[in-house]
Amino acid sequence: MSNAKRMNLREKYQRLTRDLGWEPSYQDKSAIYPQAEFEGIKIHDWSKWEDPFRLTMDAYWKYQAEKERKLYSIIDAFAQNNGQLNVTDARYINALKLFLTGVSPLEYAAHRGFAMAGRQFPGVGAQVACQMQSIDELRHVQTQIHTIAQYNKYFNGFHDWQHMHDRVWYLSVPKSFFDDAMSAGPFEFVTAISFSFEYVLTNLLFMPFMSGAAYNGDMATVTFGFSAQSDESRHMTLGLEVIKFMLEQDPDNVPIVQKWIDKWFWRGYRLLSLVSMMMDYMLPKRVMSWQEAWEMYFEQNGGALFDDLERYGIRKPKYWEVSVKEKKRLSHEVWSVFYNYGHAAAFHSWLPDESEMAWLSEKYPETFDKYYRPRFEYWAEQHARGNRYYNDSLPQLCQTCQIPMAFTEPDDPTTICYRSSEYQGERYHFCSDGCKDIFDDEPEKYVQAWLPVHQIYQGNCGGASVPEVLEWYHLVHGQDNLDYRDSQDYANWMRWKGLAEEAEETLAKAANE
Amino acid sequence: MTNNTVYIALQNNEEARPIIEAIEQDNRDATIEHFPAMVKIDAPGQLVIKRETVEELIGRDWDPQEIHINLISISGNVDETEDAFRLERLR
Repeated sequence: MSNAKRMNLREKYQRLTRDLGWEPSYQDKSAIYPQAEFEGIKIHDWSKWEDPFRLTMDAYWKYQAEKERKLYSIIDAFAQNNGQLNVTDARYINALKLFLTGVSPLEYAAHRGFAMAGRQFPGVGAQVACQMQSIDELRHVQTQIHTIAQYNKYFNGFHDWQHMHDRVWYLSVPKSFFDDAMSAGPFEFVTAISFSFEYVLTNLLFMPFMSGAAYNGDMATVTFGFSAQSDESRHMTLGLEVIKFMLEQDPDNVPIVQKWIDKWFWRGYRLLSLVSMMMDYMLPKRVMSWQEAWEMYFEQNGGALFDDLERYGIRKPKYWEVSVKEKKRLSHEVWSVFYNYGHAAAFHSWLPDESEMAWLSEKYPETFDKYYRPRFEYWAEQHARGNRYYNDSLPQLCQTCQIPMAFTEPDDPTTICYRSSEYQGERYHFCSDGCKDIFDDEPEKYVQAWLPVHQIYQGNCGGASVPEVLEWYHLVHGQDNLDYRDSQDYANWMRWKGLAEEAEETLAKAANE
Repeated sequence: MTNNTVYIALQNNEEARPIIEAIEQDNRDATIEHFPAMVKIDAPGQLVIKRETVEELIGRDWDPQEIHINLISISGNVDETEDAFRLERLR
């Protein structure tokens, strides 16, 4: 053996992958891979699959182990020196509550999804890539749970995230996104998650937001975020490869892939509206606005990607131009929804202070002062008079993205965008043309959506009143919800920072209300 | 005008600094931008990280796959060999 020529990377990877693929002799291939064909994707030659990252198992374990060592040494250091006290402001933790309760269950769903997709692909290159990604995603959810454990000792809202994921109204938005992908076939799943979500959209979450976490002193989050995103580089590459592979294999695949790109771009974009408000409203120290991030990561980078794919007959996703029109108002509209329903969320909401409004005016000169500042000033005045505004009526939800219908018309920010379709005698409602198209294409799938508001009205959520529903969510009224300024989190923070008197006043005031 | 930019983002730490320097040396058109905790490098058409350049800067053997440890994100088509890690557009 010692005389054998050392194999190069390509050969080593070839050994790992192609040598694992054999022709079955006593079972029909279609019985082994029952999901390979029903989506209509035609694959003629799996050996044409290119593996851009050629990580072999030994290298994979070696580098992942090193990432883990680095990650946990930073998370340990963070816990040991009470890093939670060194974040810019306890208000920041609310961005983290949304991230950790919204995203961590998705990591676990991705782990399961890739294990299933990997099992269903007849090609070994794709199987191995999916297997590695499945393990990566399990690692991500574990690191996020360890981060939750640390913050859960000091702040409200983290105590039952898994239970909440299945029940809380706004968490149904990310949950339904993944449930939709996992109940598709393997090719659509990988297009949805690796390509549309990870390649085209997650940079918005893991780059400016994680950079923002660093800027706000949260080294635990930035470390798990960057560590996860370094795996994403492989995942994105898998996503791009699967797209190119399908397009190269058969021209009949092109319209199917285009339809998936259209669908999953729009679904992912709607999901990311949560990130827009995290960036513009929830970070005390901001790195860049949603609009700037959208221009950098979607318009420029996504634009280059779709220019690349033009040679295969793929065009930009349908309605991308609507996302560009909405970039000046998305975060303001979404934050307004959460301000309205801050009594039913597992994190606190608040109004931007004067300096933050000045930042928003500067970043959004055409829209902020004209449409949103007056609204926030009115709500601030109401809060000052003891009338903090909470909306007690339940909103109409979009049947597809499940977000309350508060988005406005692409060309008119003063009119709510409302679309509807009829299917088998029932009328269904949508927030946009994008969501309506997705429904119209597969109505039999989306009529089954579990919509939180409908479920509450049908009596399936613990009762008809807010306290009953909150109890069913496992949310503690007066602790996990309501305005940040009236919260235990705020009072505790002031106490820890040596401003106890003010903290006692806040608690007393909240107790009297 | 078509947009053919590729990019790589690395953590802003001790291990990534020589990699960033190597990128600067080997990619004249690259633009380096610093963000909190992160460095993003854009380049038109393609961007290459050469094993040899990094090894010269750090004075030890370096495997391009080590990039995974400090990598945050990429855009472009990946071509990875023993000697280089390359990102490129299709044109």
